[in-house]
Amino acid sequence: MDRLLPLIVVVPLLGAALLAGAGRRMPRPVAETTGCLCAAASAGLAVAALAGGPHVVWSGDWRPVDGHGVGIVLTGDRTGTGLAALTSLLVVTVLAYAWRYFDEPPRGHAGAFPALILLFQAGMCGFALTGDLFNAFVFFELMGVVGYALTGYRVEEARPVQGALAFGFVNSLGGYATLLGIALLYARTGELGMAQAGRELDAAGRHDALVLASFVLILTGLLVKAAAVPFHFWLPDAHAVAPTPVCMLLSGVMVEMGVYGAARVYVTVFAGPGGVPAEDFRRALTVLGLLTALTGAALCWQQRHLKRLLAFSTVAHTGLFLAGLAALEPEGVTGVFLYVLGHAGAKAALFACTGALLDRYGGVDEHRLHGRAREMRGVGALYAAGGLALAGLPPFGTALGKALAEEQAGWLTALYVVVSAVTGGAVLRAAARVFLGAGPREEDDCGAPETTGDQEEPETDRRVRRLPSLMATVAALLLAGSLAVGLVPALARAAAGAAHAFTDHAGYAATVLDGTHAAPGAGHPYAWWSLTGVGLGLLSALLATGLAALGVRGAVPARRWAAPLRRLHSGHVGDYVAWTAAGIGLLSALVLWPGG
Amino acid sequence: MSVLPYLVAGWIFLVGVYGMATSRDLVHAVGCLSVTQSSTYVLLLAVGYRKGGSAPVFSDIEPGSRPVVDPVVQALALTDVVVGATVTALLLALVVQIAKRHGTTDPDALSELKG
Amino acid sequence: MSRRFRLCVLALGLLAFAALFTAACAELPPFGGDRHPYGDRAVHAALLRHTANTVSAVNFDQRALDTLGEESILFASVLGTVVLLRQTSDEHRTVPKPSPVPDRTRRYGLLALPVTLLIGLYVVAHGQLSPGGGFQGGVVVATAVHLLYIAVDYRALERVRPLGPYEIADAAGEAAYVLTGAGGLLAGAAYLANVLPYGTFNTLSSGGTVPLLNAAVGVEVAAAVVVLLARFLGQALEIEGDEDRGEGKG
Repeated sequence: MDRLLPLIVVVPLLGAALLAGAGRRMPRPVAETTGCLCAAASAGLAVAALAGGPHVVWSGDWRPVDGHGVGIVLTGDRTGTGLAALTSLLVVTVLAYAWRYFDEPPRGHAGAFPALILLFQAGMCGFALTGDLFNAFVFFELMGVVGYALTGYRVEEARPVQGALAFGFVNSLGGYATLLGIALLYARTGELGMAQAGRELDAAGRHDALVLASFVLILTGLLVKAAAVPFHFWLPDAHAVAPTPVCMLLSGVMVEMGVYGAARVYVTVFAGPGGVPAEDFRRALTVLGLLTALTGAALCWQQRHLKRLLAFSTVAHTGLFLAGLAALEPEGVTGVFLYVLGHAGAKAALFACTGALLDRYGGVDEHRLHGRAREMRGVGALYAAGGLALAGLPPFGTALGKALAEEQAGWLTALYVVVSAVTGGAVLRAAARVFLGAGPREEDDCGAPETTGDQEEPETDRRVRRLPSLMATVAALLLAGSLAVGLVPALARAAAGAAHAFTDHAGYAATVLDGTHAAPGAGHPYAWWSLTGVGLGLLSALLATGLAALGVRGAVPARRWAAPLRRLHSGHVGDYVAWTAAGIGLLSALVLWPGG
Repeated sequence: MSVLPYLVAGWIFLVGVYGMATSRDLVHAVGCLSVTQSSTYVLLLAVGYRKGGSAPVFSDIEPGSRPVVDPVVQALALTDVVVGATVTALLLALVVQIAKRHGTTDPDALSELKG
Repeated sequence: MSRRFRLCVLALGLLAFAALFTAACAELPPFGGDRHPYGDRAVHAALLRHTANTVSAVNFDQRALDTLGEESILFASVLGTVVLLRQTSDEHRTVPKPSPVPDRTRRYGLLALPVTLLIGLYVVAHGQLSPGGGFQGGVVVATAVHLLYIAVDYRALERVRPLGPYEIADAAGEAAYVLTGAGGLLAGAAYLANVLPYGTFNTLSSGGTVPLLNAAVGVEVAAAVVVLLARFLGQALEIEGDEDRGEGKG
């Protein structure tokens, strides 16, 4: 299996080349089948790799001698292969969702959409598997470039091109900051591999400004991808306008890749004695996570554009992930891993349902759709279930992950409960209004800066009368997946094993450079549902329902105090760039803060 | 001044970011993004420089006869250049469409997404 | 957000960056220093594999996986541009009118064209020996084709540039790189392993798989740049909106 690990990345690339080259003559069903098959083959490989031990593959057989080499390593540990498997499985469902449904492809390029999705998959899998900093930058940019193109896919409309441009500017800027950081680290250590650079830093043992600057700059790009406040501005703009299948991937896995990257780079490179002290990292991620979660939740509640609402809920949950990873305790990390898995299923399902609304009614505005979707009972039920999953209702995987993270979180437990309740509540409020017609119709408030959701075009050729059964099936399957994360003990056990290996600085270097494998997952006790966890999950689900009930009646006067925050989200590229620069400052201040 | 080349890289980054944030035309802003990126080329090449070093190409010099500069950073810079060119192309394509759909390339005039 | 507020936020960020970066530079090894461990290893490894241009050895052998990613980025951006600059349902194509070209420009362009083409091909072919390679040469080749646009007119360019074959060449270049890498797997080694004989140092056939990967990149880059520019030229010269909708939004 070891040698085949690169194929997880390579198969989608070959599929994309095939689709682009033969796309002119390929009928659409053939192109889409090819895309699905390639994504599924890659998913199969990733799952097979996940089942085996950690795989360490040196591209081109350039193995290191005495810990030094010239090659690039792919490390298929549980976390890397797990993320690759999640990505690939989600890509398969997304391609199934988009099956014959998506708007006419560009003339003569029937394969363009599936080809771009496959390239996206390759970028994300490569990023998850690589153990080399520069190689990670390359895959980061591949993800980015494909992401911009897919976000702006519907060029006939004004919004997608604007959202895609903001996405492109902020992400590219972040990527270049990361590259500056990599160059600084290279100057100090003379290495590009994560494990090698980490060992060199430890050997030098100098905790100085150079180490700090390279850490801050490398993290900048990853946190832009992770949409941490104040790097997050691109996300709602991009997620609100991207085609629905793309939103499922952006929210479900791409943003989480940023979180993963930040934690992985810290653990493998900077967590040793020559790097950045653990308390500094903890402080930085906790504060950023807190800010991100609160901002995301507050703005999620304010939205009436349903996709934008979901986008802000992604921001909020990313904040929770960051806060959960801050301490890098294996138990908390296990929780975050399960949370990410459960969230991916629930969020993708919610986007899938929103896409169904868009195609049926030609809009995604909570106020305009008031009561109009009464006939779509099945989708309504799925939507509400998705909202409850976001709120953390046991036994969804989100609830299990949240419960495990809360056990390590101390006073931050309140943050988990409140943020998941608010985001879940916002989704439930929208569900009650749109699918049940609950509460009075809201009048338009022209004063507040906001994005309405009534100018969106359906993504199908014409408005659909009946929802294609495949779309509903995909949404149901995704929710079932989210449920399974909370019900299958084997997943929790695997996540615990992955988390122990993931948080082990010296162990990672030993696995990569010395070829010593700790027995995967063996002997690690793993946590499962506890009474407190179930209780807190039920509490936040109850809170969410209560908030939704109040929100439907318009009884939560949150609009006034959120207005200044909303005004910051101006859709202006210059503003976003300025905030990204300020974020570099904030991050350095947090890492340098005295009293750690 | 043994740190001047490094500082130049930082300066280019600052100039580029300033230009992007204050730009009044999106085509200009894309240009500024390229400027920002050039800072990474300068830093990479500066990091890899060796005093008196020749190009790391041995078609016309005997291996070992002269010091050569670090070939790794040059390879990285080449990759970086390609990344930059492709990002620029994609962003310009988006600007073309923005000009058509919004009738302007002034970032201050884009008002579709807010809140 | 007002411009003034934006400038304040920006100033904070830029000042912090300047302080951080300057402090880091003070700790960097002095410019031009002699310690380049990775570089020394890379030179050594390149010479072991008979590749005279060590930069190409890094790009196409030691860190060939980076180049796979980079090539895929280029490939993705071409595909993305094809999608983003497509002719939408409210647009039609016009035939651009030929415009007169000054005689000197025409003569210079037609003279430079074959020379540029030849230089491009030379740079691609000698990638493993002398400075250059698939990327640099590919761009030069694509430039040569576009000299026709400058020296004659758009229609002349279109005649030598049927987009279909170029798009196929672009995909074929990507596929060739991916499959050459898989050759390593078939030979029982790792992905992207250099499994061919290394040849004689400083000759065209030296370097094992390096010239093959280099050629694949050359084909892809030349085709990609042609397709990319074609999309922009198409927008500039051919595609027009059906009615005046300059101010229309959506």
